Amino acid sequence: MKKLKIFSRVIVLLCGLAMVPSNYLPVWQIQLEAPQYPEGLKMEIWSSKTAGDVDKINGLNHYIGMAIIEDANFPEFKIMPWLIWAMVALGVLTALIGRRFMLWIFSVYLIVCGVWGVYDFWHWEYEYGHNLDPHAAIKIPGMSYQPPLFGWKVLLNFTAGSFPDIGGWLIIAPAVVVVAILVYEQFIRKRLEK
Amino acid sequence: MRTISLKTAFCFAAGLAVAGTMSSCKPKKVESAIAGNAAEKVYVAPGKKDEIYLFTSGGFSGQIGVYGIPSGRMFKQVPVFSQDAETGWGFSEETKPMLMTSHGFTPWDDSHHPQLSRTAGQADGRWLFINANNTPRIARVDLGVFKTREIIELPNCGGNHASPFMTQDNEYVVGASRFSVPHDKDGDAAIADYKDKFKGTISFVKVDPQTGRMNLNFQLLVPGVDYDLARAGKAVSHGWVFFSCYNTEKAHTLLEVGASQRDKDFILAVNWKKAEEYLAQGKAKKWPAKYAHNVYDEATHTATSNMITSVDVLDVIDLPGVCYYIPCPKSPHGCDVDPTGEYICASGKLAAVIPVYSFSKMMKAIEDKAFEGDFDGVPVIKYEAALDGEVEKPGLGPLHTEFDDKGNGYTSFFVSSEIVKWNVKTKEILDRVPTYYSIGHLCVPQGDNIKPMGKYVIALNKITKDRYLPTGPELTQSAQLYDITGDKMQLLLDFPTIGEPHYAQACAADIVTKHEVKFYKLADNKHKYVATNEKDAKVVREGNNVHVYMTSIRSHFTPDNIEGVRVGDNVYFHVTNLEQDWDVPHGFAIKGANNAELLILPGETATLKWVPDRVGVFPMYCTDFCSALHQEMQGYVRVSAAGSSTPLKFYTGN
Repeated sequence: MKKLKIFSRVIVLLCGLAMVPSNYLPVWQIQLEAPQYPEGLKMEIWSSKTAGDVDKINGLNHYIGMAIIEDANFPEFKIMPWLIWAMVALGVLTALIGRRFMLWIFSVYLIVCGVWGVYDFWHWEYEYGHNLDPHAAIKIPGMSYQPPLFGWKVLLNFTAGSFPDIGGWLIIAPAVVVVAILVYEQFIRKRLEK
Repeated sequence: MRTISLKTAFCFAAGLAVAGTMSSCKPKKVESAIAGNAAEKVYVAPGKKDEIYLFTSGGFSGQIGVYGIPSGRMFKQVPVFSQDAETGWGFSEETKPMLMTSHGFTPWDDSHHPQLSRTAGQADGRWLFINANNTPRIARVDLGVFKTREIIELPNCGGNHASPFMTQDNEYVVGASRFSVPHDKDGDAAIADYKDKFKGTISFVKVDPQTGRMNLNFQLLVPGVDYDLARAGKAVSHGWVFFSCYNTEKAHTLLEVGASQRDKDFILAVNWKKAEEYLAQGKAKKWPAKYAHNVYDEATHTATSNMITSVDVLDVIDLPGVCYYIPCPKSPHGCDVDPTGEYICASGKLAAVIPVYSFSKMMKAIEDKAFEGDFDGVPVIKYEAALDGEVEKPGLGPLHTEFDDKGNGYTSFFVSSEIVKWNVKTKEILDRVPTYYSIGHLCVPQGDNIKPMGKYVIALNKITKDRYLPTGPELTQSAQLYDITGDKMQLLLDFPTIGEPHYAQACAADIVTKHEVKFYKLADNKHKYVATNEKDAKVVREGNNVHVYMTSIRSHFTPDNIEGVRVGDNVYFHVTNLEQDWDVPHGFAIKGANNAELLILPGETATLKWVPDRVGVFPMYCTDFCSALHQEMQGYVRVSAAGSSTPLKFYTGN
């Protein structure tokens, strides 16, 4: 099996370590703006909990009959910290072993986690946005309240925005670099060394 | 501007026509005194904020008004000494103890002089103190929440007017009696024995530097004249407080004549550090007393009132070095210390000059014993020995002076209805500007600090007359804003105020906003009858008392249907606002309540007592428009006949 260049191993190590803070910082954020909330409301999603203005958002959501957002509803919060620690461990291992197959494993793991994460997030957004209490005070035929997966969306008087938070960027950016290193090691390096 | 030139032209033409028989044009009227750019100087665009907070005394309303400067917009009335049905202040079970005095429940007073707390002589935005003149008290308002958190009564005092002027690091707030009273035995003396038996007191109330909690440390027993206003020394004069005194004639009837006979009354200089030494040496006498100390606890959202039964009194006649009188022309009102602490200027209401005393000269006079005699055993320093100079022919009826950051004083003149600007060092008059009408106190933002904000002066007027649309015989009270950044003072704005704005203090807004509290944390709520979530809501009967542990959240009460209450019960609605967001108060009102409503802030618990007087079903509802479903926030209490067997029942939703 091909050995990785020292340069690649160092970068992969740094990428793995860069993910450590993601367990201690918000990973994703949902922002809400409305005429009555010029200062905005922000819900933070951490690897193990929700934070920010969740109580206020729950208070508002009761008008439209949305279920209460509470950490106990999400088994993901038990798993996600370990998924992130596994990323860190794979980064360190890849650097130590220094073989290309490890880099493949690491990259595939990152991509699988990413795809699963996006799907899982969308799934919960769909669930909360559609599963509404039929006795809600405000009922608008055909209206659902699924927040955007990424970007901005208008929901009644609120403009909702969904973006990675600092901890999310600390996974996304290193992941992109790791995959780029893989591309380099697998395809570009050979050509350059010819 | 066009009208002025026309008027001037007309006068000029008229003057020519009568060829010198007319000496000059009539002085300009107010319209011409307003410069063209006044509007833009006071315009605070929608959504923008004022740069300064102004706290005005509510006078006979007993409250405090909060305004923005330069716009003059009113934001809030802070209930202090008077009941306020709008917020439930003094009506709710939690706040009733705040208005207790040794005379029982005291639902009104006359508030005069707001004082911002300070650190090293600069406003620190933590607390605002204010005096009650009628039933002598001092209150402390917390500027994180803009609510009154403490009120202490002052015993042995008639008319707490020279109050609560505070020292440069909040060591003390003071309270000196405007009306001297007899103190021996039970205080029952012939009024005609005023000269022999009536005495004044000066209370020194210590302020805890961390909590702001007040404690009456000692009282000085002083000669029986009227103590009017005061200022604490600062910087070089730190450790002293100066009081103006009138009625040194000791008249006890028809004072408007009797108290205006002497050419000179006094400034009383008090060395409070010396007084503290005597106190530490055990020189104080313990007098039996009865005075209330009321504290509102933010954790329990409940006030308690304690009656205190003794006070340490220092008789200044026995204790040399504490008090000195300085002669002062004539019936002085304001007694103001300049930003350096060196100059003390007094404003004799009937005087033709403004005397400016020098602190260092006063100290030298004390050292040299440059006394002209004594007054009731207190040494009187020679006028010239303490005097730095006089501002000559300043105007009529000088009342009060504040200072800018450039060495100038601004003195209000009630009779000639003007503000006069003068230089503190040279005593030279620099400018004068009319006020509309009959200014009392004035206020330069942080004008009693070591570093004033010399940008504006605010006139607090006593008469309004034709300045606003009329509202019957009782007109609005008013203040006026002047720009003092240039050589000439410039009138910018008239704005109405609540109550009578005796005095006001102002400071840069950010000094206050950094203490801002947006709501109370529900998790910290230690109220005896709190329900921190809807599951804890309940109704408990204890004999004739029914306690309703109620919650409110947009947009329902829990419980909102209650049965089993009987005529003659005392029903206590303990309403906890479960909201944890900014600007979401809930109100609570029930038909037939003989007191008021409740306005419950997020995270707070408040209690309304209700005694149903008849059988029936009584609606209750939220009074503060809280949400899109506010109008649905309502419920019922069923009241059955006394002794009926209707079971106790309560719920929200089916």
